[in-house]
Amino acid sequence: MDSTTPPPTAAPASDPLLILRGIVKQFPGCLANDHVDLTVGRHEIHALLGENGAGKSTLVKIIYGVMKPDAGTITWDGKIVTIANPAQARALGIGMVFQHFSLFEALTVAENIALGLNNPEDRVGLYDRIVDISTRYGLPLDPKRAVHDLSVGERQRIEIVRCLLQNPKLLIMDEPTSVLTPQEVQKLFGTLRRLAAEGCSILYISHKLEEIRALCERATIMRLGKVTAHCIPSEKTARELAELMISAKLKTQNFGARAVSSHAPRLVLDRLTIRSNQPFGTDLKDISFAVAPGEILGIAGIAGNGQTELMEALSGEIPAGSPKNILLDGIEIGHEGPMARRKRGCCALPEERNGHGAVGGMTLSENGFLSANMRGALQRLGLINRKRTRAFAAGVIERFDVRTTGPEAEARSLSGGNLQKFLIGREVVQQPSVLILSQPTWGVDAGAAAAIYEALVALAKGGTAIVIISQDLDEILMLCDRIAVIAAGRISPPVKVMDATIEQIGLLMGGSRHQEPEHVPA
Amino acid sequence: MDLFYITSFVLSIISASTPLLLAASGELITERSGTLNLGVEGMMLIGAIAGFATAHDTGSALLGVLAAAAAGIAISLIFAVLTQTFLANQIAAGLALTIFGHGFAALLGAGYVGIAAPTLPKLAFPLLSKIPFFGPVLFNQNILIYFSFAILACISWFLRKTHAGLILRAVGDNHDAAHAMGYAVLKIRYGAIAFGGGMAGIAGAYLSLYYSPLWSQDLASGRGWIALALVVFSAWRPYWLLAGAYLFGGITYLSLYLQGLGVLIPAPLISALPYFGTIIVLVLISRDRRRTRLNQPACLGKSFHAVV
Repeated sequence: MDSTTPPPTAAPASDPLLILRGIVKQFPGCLANDHVDLTVGRHEIHALLGENGAGKSTLVKIIYGVMKPDAGTITWDGKIVTIANPAQARALGIGMVFQHFSLFEALTVAENIALGLNNPEDRVGLYDRIVDISTRYGLPLDPKRAVHDLSVGERQRIEIVRCLLQNPKLLIMDEPTSVLTPQEVQKLFGTLRRLAAEGCSILYISHKLEEIRALCERATIMRLGKVTAHCIPSEKTARELAELMISAKLKTQNFGARAVSSHAPRLVLDRLTIRSNQPFGTDLKDISFAVAPGEILGIAGIAGNGQTELMEALSGEIPAGSPKNILLDGIEIGHEGPMARRKRGCCALPEERNGHGAVGGMTLSENGFLSANMRGALQRLGLINRKRTRAFAAGVIERFDVRTTGPEAEARSLSGGNLQKFLIGREVVQQPSVLILSQPTWGVDAGAAAAIYEALVALAKGGTAIVIISQDLDEILMLCDRIAVIAAGRISPPVKVMDATIEQIGLLMGGSRHQEPEHVPA
Repeated sequence: MDLFYITSFVLSIISASTPLLLAASGELITERSGTLNLGVEGMMLIGAIAGFATAHDTGSALLGVLAAAAAGIAISLIFAVLTQTFLANQIAAGLALTIFGHGFAALLGAGYVGIAAPTLPKLAFPLLSKIPFFGPVLFNQNILIYFSFAILACISWFLRKTHAGLILRAVGDNHDAAHAMGYAVLKIRYGAIAFGGGMAGIAGAYLSLYYSPLWSQDLASGRGWIALALVVFSAWRPYWLLAGAYLFGGITYLSLYLQGLGVLIPAPLISALPYFGTIIVLVLISRDRRRTRLNQPACLGKSFHAVV
C-alpha cells in the first residue's frame, strides 16, 4: 500500500461541490439513511466509510438518482437540485462505479460503455477513445470482447473507463480496488489524484482502511444509517478508523504463525492440467502443490489468470483429467464431482456469492441444505429434515453474527458481507478436512472480514487444510502460512509468507502479464 | 419439371412462409426486450378478423391491414398492462391472450363467415415482372411479402447498428442494470410488446386478406405457435429466423406436394414432416450453446419491479 500521506490542504472547501442535508430514506423495516449530512469539496477525494448495511450504498444511489430520498436536500454546485434519474445525474457531471457491476453480460465492452453515454456525440469514435483512456489510466481493455467472458477485475475496468469517458465533476467509486494488484492500485490512485488535481471530486467508498488513509483527504463515517464521525484519515491509524466504523473495539487480530504439523498433506495437486471450458478462459498447466493439516495456503494473482478454472477444478465443477491429479487424504478424487467431494470432506465456496455460492431466491435454510445436506445429516430417506435444516441455518446465523431476519430470509435480501458470513459459516460448520475459498472477503467490511478470518484460523487449528484464492494480497499476507502466485495458468512454488515481500509477489503477478496478450487491446 | 412448375413451387413457399416471418419478426423484438408473449396466435386471429372486417366494410384491403396492425397493438397492450404494470406471470398472461384471441375473434367474425372481402393487391414492377421466373418471384408479389423482407432487414440493422437497438438488447439482458443506468425499462418493453402485437396483427391480415381470403376461426391453425418456436430456435437472430420460416414453409408445401403425388407414406406422417424437419434443422442450428447464450435475452420472461 501507499504510505505517502496526502497534502495537508484537507480542510473542507468554502465553496463545496456537493452538499447533502438531512437525507432520509426509509425501506420497509429498515431506516437506511437517518438525516445524513455529507459535504464534498471541489478537487477533494472524500471517503465514505461504514460497515455493510450502514447505508452508504443507499446514500450514493440517492446522489446518482437511482433512488429518491424521502426527505432532505441536495445542493450541487451551489444550487438545490432534484436528481430524478441517473441520466440527469450524468448530465450534471456525476459518474459512478457500482459495487455490484451494472454490466450487460451478452454485450461487448464497447456496447456496455456506449449504454452509459447519453449524448450521441460522446459515442463518436468510441473504440479509439476506450483504448486511449484505458491505456492512459492503466486499465487495459479490448472493446470488442463480450463481457460474460471477462473476469471480475476486467469488468471493473469497464465501469471505471465508462465513467472517465464522461469527464465527470464528481466520481463515486464503490469499492474500486478489491480486484487489483498493488501496482494497479498505485496506478489507479495516481489516476484518481490526477483527476482530483484536474478538478474532479471523488467520493470513495472502501473497506480498505489503509487505502483510505493513503488516498483520501477527508472521511465521513456512517453507522446504522447515521453519520457518526468526520475525520482526516491520514491523522488516524487504520485501527482507529475501524473502531469509529464498527463501534465495538476490534478484537486483536493475531494470525501469527501456527504450528503447522508435518503430517502427510491433506490435499495434493499433482500436475493438474485442464483446458478451460470458457472461450476466453485460461488453461491450467501443470499445477502442483500440497497443503498440510492446519495450513492455510494463499493463491495470489491478477484476475483472469486461471483462478476461476483452478477454483472449479478444486471444487469438482470441472473434473480433472485423471483421478490421480487431485488427492484428498491420499484418496484419488480428481474424477469426482462437487457432491462426492463434499461428502468426503472437501468443501468449496466460489467467488460469486449470488448465483454461484448461493441461490438468491431461496431461503438461508434451503441454501444451507444445498451444501450441508450430507455432512450436516439434514436429510433422511431422501426427504428434507426441515427441523434440522432450520436449526443448522439458525446455528450458522447465531455463530457468525449474520444480520438477517432469520433462517427463512431470502439469500438475496442479505447485504454482501452478511451473505458471505453465512456462506463461509455454512462450510466451516461442516468441519471439512479441506476447505477451498475464492475471494472470501470481497466487498465485505472490516468487521465481517475479521470475523471470517477468526473462523478460518480456528478451523485450521482443528486440522483443516485451507486454500484461499484471493486477489487481496493484504488478506493473504495476514492470514496465510504460505503463498503461491498464479499467472497465465501456471503456479509459482509456494513460499512462506514470512519470507515473502509484497514487491516480490507483485512482480511475480505483474511480470507474467507480458505473456498474456489477451489483456492488451489490439 | 419445367420452369412453370418451379416458379409456382417457389411462389407457394413464399406465400406459406410470409405469415410466419411477419409474426416471428414481431415476437423477436418483444423477446429481445426480455418479454415472452405467448399470445401470438391470439393476436394473429384478432388481426385477421379486424383486417377482414375492415376490408369488407370499407372496400379497401390496405385499410384492412392498418386496422389489423392497430387491433394487434391494442390486444397486445392488454398483455403489457397485465405483465409489466401489474407484474402478472408472462406465461399465464400469454396463454390467456391466445385463448381470449380465439374466442373474441370468433365472436367478432360471426357475421363474416362465408362472405368475400377485397384481397391484397400485387405490386408489379413494370418490365421487371415480365422476366421469366425472377419476374413473378421477385417483382410481382403482394405488398406484405415485400414488407416482410424489408422489416426483417430493418430489425437486423436496428438490433446491430443503432443505439436504440442496443438499449433494447440491454433491457432484455439485464433490466436491473438498465434501470440503474437510467433507461425506462417498462416503457421500452411496452413499445416492444406493441410492436410484436402489430406484426402479429399484420400476419393475421395476410392470412385473411391474401393467403386464404375468407374468414374462418381456425385461420391461424397453429402458425402463431410455430412463429414462437422459430424465434427460440433461431437463437433470436433475424436472418436465421428468415431461414427457419422459409424452411418450414418449404417443407409444408413439399409435404402437400408429396401427398398429391400419392407417395406411399401414411398421410399423418407427411403432415408431420414440416414440424419434424424444422425442429431437426433448427436444433442443429442452435447446437452452438455459447452462441445461444450470447443471444438469449437473460431476462426473458422475468418481471421487472424497480425499487424507487
